[in-house]
Amino acid sequence: MIKIMKKMNRWEVSLLLCNAMLVLAQVWMDMRIPDYMSTITRLVETEGSDMNEIWIAGFKMLACAIASMFITFGSGFVSSYFAATFSKNLRSKIFDKVQSFSLEEIDRFSTASLITRSTLDVQMMQMFMTRGISMIIRSPISVGIALFKIKGKQWEWSALTGGAVFCVILAVIYVIKYAHPRFRRMQFLHDDMNRVMRDNMTGIRVVRAYNAEEYQEGKFYDANDRLTQNGLEAMHAMGIMHPTMRFTNNGLTVGIYFLGALIINRSAVYAERLTVFSDMVVFANYASRILFAFMSLNMIFNTIPRASVCAERINEILETDATILDGKETEGVEGKEGEIEFRNVCFRYPGTEGDVLTDISFTAKKGETVAFIGATGSGKTTLVNLIPRLYDCTEGEVIVAGRNVKEYTQKSLRNMIGYATQQAVLFTGTVSSNVSYGEGKPIEGRDEENDIKAAVAIAQATDFVEEMEGGYDADINRGGTNVSGGQKQRLSVARAVYRKPDIYIFDDTFSALDYKTDRALRNRLKKETADVTTLIVAQRVGTIRDADKILVLDGGKIVGMGTHEQLLKDCEVYKEIARTQLSEEELA
Amino acid sequence: MAKNNYQLGQAKMGAERRGGPGGRMAVAEKPKDMKGAIKNILRYLNRFIPQVATALVCSVTSVMLMLFGPDQLSRITNLIEEGLLDGQVDMAAVKRIAIRVLAFYAFSALLTWIQSYTLASASRYAMRDMRNDICRKINRMPLSRFDSSSFGDLLSRVTNDVDSIGMSLNNGLVELVNAFVTFAGCSVMMLMTNAKLTFIVLICGLSGMFIMKVIINKSQPFFSRRSTYLGEINGHIEEMYAGHIVVKAYNGDEESKAEFERINQLLFTNNWKSQFLSGIMFPMMEFLGNLGYVAVCVAGAMMVRSGEIRFGTIIAFVLYTRQFTMPLGQVAQAVTSLQTSLAGAERIFGFLSEEEMEDESGKEDLLQDIKGEVEFKHVRFGYDPGRDIIHDFSAKVTPGMKVAIVGPTGAGKTTLVNLLMRFYEINDGQILIDGVDTRKVTRANVHDQFCMVLQDTWLFEGTVTENIAYCLKDVTQEEVINACKAVGLHNYISTLPKGYDTMLSDESNLSAGQKQLMTIARAMVHNCPLLILDEATSSVDTRTEQIVQDAMERLTAGKTSFTIAHRLSTIRGADIILVMKDGDIVETGTHNELLAKGGFYSDLWTSQFVNAEAI
Repeated sequence: MIKIMKKMNRWEVSLLLCNAMLVLAQVWMDMRIPDYMSTITRLVETEGSDMNEIWIAGFKMLACAIASMFITFGSGFVSSYFAATFSKNLRSKIFDKVQSFSLEEIDRFSTASLITRSTLDVQMMQMFMTRGISMIIRSPISVGIALFKIKGKQWEWSALTGGAVFCVILAVIYVIKYAHPRFRRMQFLHDDMNRVMRDNMTGIRVVRAYNAEEYQEGKFYDANDRLTQNGLEAMHAMGIMHPTMRFTNNGLTVGIYFLGALIINRSAVYAERLTVFSDMVVFANYASRILFAFMSLNMIFNTIPRASVCAERINEILETDATILDGKETEGVEGKEGEIEFRNVCFRYPGTEGDVLTDISFTAKKGETVAFIGATGSGKTTLVNLIPRLYDCTEGEVIVAGRNVKEYTQKSLRNMIGYATQQAVLFTGTVSSNVSYGEGKPIEGRDEENDIKAAVAIAQATDFVEEMEGGYDADINRGGTNVSGGQKQRLSVARAVYRKPDIYIFDDTFSALDYKTDRALRNRLKKETADVTTLIVAQRVGTIRDADKILVLDGGKIVGMGTHEQLLKDCEVYKEIARTQLSEEELA
Repeated sequence: MAKNNYQLGQAKMGAERRGGPGGRMAVAEKPKDMKGAIKNILRYLNRFIPQVATALVCSVTSVMLMLFGPDQLSRITNLIEEGLLDGQVDMAAVKRIAIRVLAFYAFSALLTWIQSYTLASASRYAMRDMRNDICRKINRMPLSRFDSSSFGDLLSRVTNDVDSIGMSLNNGLVELVNAFVTFAGCSVMMLMTNAKLTFIVLICGLSGMFIMKVIINKSQPFFSRRSTYLGEINGHIEEMYAGHIVVKAYNGDEESKAEFERINQLLFTNNWKSQFLSGIMFPMMEFLGNLGYVAVCVAGAMMVRSGEIRFGTIIAFVLYTRQFTMPLGQVAQAVTSLQTSLAGAERIFGFLSEEEMEDESGKEDLLQDIKGEVEFKHVRFGYDPGRDIIHDFSAKVTPGMKVAIVGPTGAGKTTLVNLLMRFYEINDGQILIDGVDTRKVTRANVHDQFCMVLQDTWLFEGTVTENIAYCLKDVTQEEVINACKAVGLHNYISTLPKGYDTMLSDESNLSAGQKQLMTIARAMVHNCPLLILDEATSSVDTRTEQIVQDAMERLTAGKTSFTIAHRLSTIRGADIILVMKDGDIVETGTHNELLAKGGFYSDLWTSQFVNAEAI
């Protein structure tokens, strides 16, 4: 928490300080009001005092009230401005940081966790900065000023107030001990219950097919009961707070009056008695402010731990440095465009043992098609991710266009590549904005509209795009939920084509397509962009059988390299894969 | 199950977002039919009438007791004032009153505690019942409801609505009642004490209410815009993080950052404005309280001077003013939160009153020990009325047959299975199992005849055994182990730290193939005469596919089975292949027959292999 506070810039700090000053002024003003009440009391009880003096005291009171109100406006403005600025800057900082991460860092946190940290955790921090901070500032100030005011008054009253504060603190401790942990547990129990319901929904067909409705409901009831029970305990523990507080506060007032009567009886001088009387009237006011300030400890103890957990999680992001740094080169070696070479590349994920890729060496020349096949987990995707430097290899060299990938700026390296990912990603926007997504290498005289159409045509997507409402300007929902899996993949291919890169990478891009479309797409691609080096990761032998070179991966090692025919002859793994997919005649 | 595309991940995110800190300052939604919503909530509270009644009585009594406080205190003040001059306060009387008022306060606190205790129980249990009803409802709804993309989202909202109702029941209701009683009681007590001063306090109070209303109305639009932008920015973050790899690979960073900053700036502006405006309310109320205080002091002082009242009255009024203005702020909040939760209640009850599947209590379970003969007779069906997907489907399957259904995407393969399972009701025609029309028996009876293995392997958080035995009660551990042995999972499970008692969760690293083998083992344990395998191998890589294929082979032995497959190679051994296109069966026959025929099937088949030139 403190770390995050330290990261505030000067402007934020001065806003915070300014707010503290305003709160101080405001509480001061607020507490002057009872003083005048005391004055008025004395005036009323003194025979023959001037009527005007009462009026004057009244006006002063009013002035204080008005001043206090305006100062509060001011401090409200400053504190909300501060909280909004803080959360805006924090959000921005986190977003920048995450954008700079390579997949390595993303994997370390997991996408889901990064999302929670940048959204919910930031919101929590903002809440804390709005309410928590002002409470933290206000409470000690109130207590301080109130103590200052009652200083030098009757000690009996102060002792009584001390006793009352003690009662409140006891209640607060009880609540912190018994209610807070239960409130925290509530979140987990809630998640549990939601998970049971989600299970029921995702598996609705299975649930029905197995007549398991009652079984599922039983599980839900259990989870629900646990949640309810825990919630009840928390609420019941919390329930003592309010009545205790009220009784203490009211009892304190009565006590002060009772003690006041005793003290007055003790004294013989009229003037003294009058002072006690007028003090008594306002003492209760100060005392109850002290009580309320202590009660807000409850809230503070509730929010600080939660906020500091969030702050810590945010800090983890901010303090992680991106591991992949830019090189200097922006161009490849002349004449080597589109060439890829792997030299004894090994890769392992940080913090794990065992290589995901071991000793991978191969070359892909300009215009060649190289395919990768192998079981899930054999390292195909990892391998292609090394080319645009989404990861850095642990050993060996990855060379693109004659230079080690580490020598390029990330931007220029990636501009050479059109990458269609395994899971096609579409963004909110239109078909066109998705196809022309990102910032490619500058192409002179680019006719955007026609290029988009051409790319879509090559990706065999023209038919469905033109059928969509709005055609190329048709909306794509968040996450591309309004197009099917196969359509998504085709648009993601179109995006790769649109860049006019030197290298294509298709990571299992064709698996959601039916065989006919798959084939037609590859043919068009070959025809229209013959000189582009193409890397294909695939599951189907059919997709890759015409490749210039096929690499068979098994457990992160190359176990076969060659053409379809060669591999059928001498690669066992490949033969096995082919056998499950092709007919006898095909294999012969 | 392509239709089943609602995004649970998103729904979950949505839930968190609502439940998160942003949700608390949510915009007040207004219910459309306030009375209806209240009536429905009251139905849930029916069982807890004693508790709710106790709570209300306690609450009202407690507030009334509190109201005597200032009056008693004013008597003490007067006693002291009397003693000021002659130096002798009547301590006995002061003591008497002090004890009395302390007793009042103590009793009042006790009553408040009882109220909060009983009401918490009532509202929590009512919430529990509501949630249970929602869960039960899910399992009574026709499957078609789940196909709509917004369903998951709706459900998560509904579950959150339950929480907000619970909160309102707990706090809002009592606050409203309390505030009202305090307001009325204070007014009466003040009037009885002094009319003029009451008038002054009332004016302050009422103008407070008015100002509050103005501020609430003013800040509403900022709040609503704020939550819109918050949703937008979180959506953008989610989207960019999820697509990080593409953003990176395509150098989309700057574009996405620019968009982010745009929303962030808008959010910022609305953020502080809404925060500030809502923050204004508190000092305003404070000021009115102070104003009342000042007015009472000055006016009271005048009246004391003129002998109209005694000093104690001022004390009483000062305290009344405080009690009087305090609940005003609460009322505003309580009303907003009640409104929001009533709107939520409407959603819940709307959901609960949605159409359920046809009641089948009159039907008998006619299907017992069936042979496994299935017949489709002129089946016609469409998801939307007027748009048939299956036009006129007829086929007869004899017991023990292996039926394969193939065809391009959208041909209606999965639909056929849905109809067979009676997940959807056919529009026309008949589906017969062993000669019995499936519509004549209960759905549960139909389901009992089938086991399903689907593309999306469905495992839940629970032990391996629980996942395999699933809802069957009388399954022995031995049966589970045998099933796992049969599908070739036993060795793997034995290597797990807790063997068959290992908990499966999202993080457990079962491969797709192993998951699929689990569901096959589940089907084996359940041992139904009919089997449906819907794209069971398509999410499994090709090498694992063979293992899964073998397991399915063992599962289907001696049973009637329906296999839907994307990869044609997997169904070569089928006894009969139904080739579907646009909702109709265009060809039937064995693999070799169909190839020889040279029709649609052979087209599909060869398109896997033919050279580019042929297309």
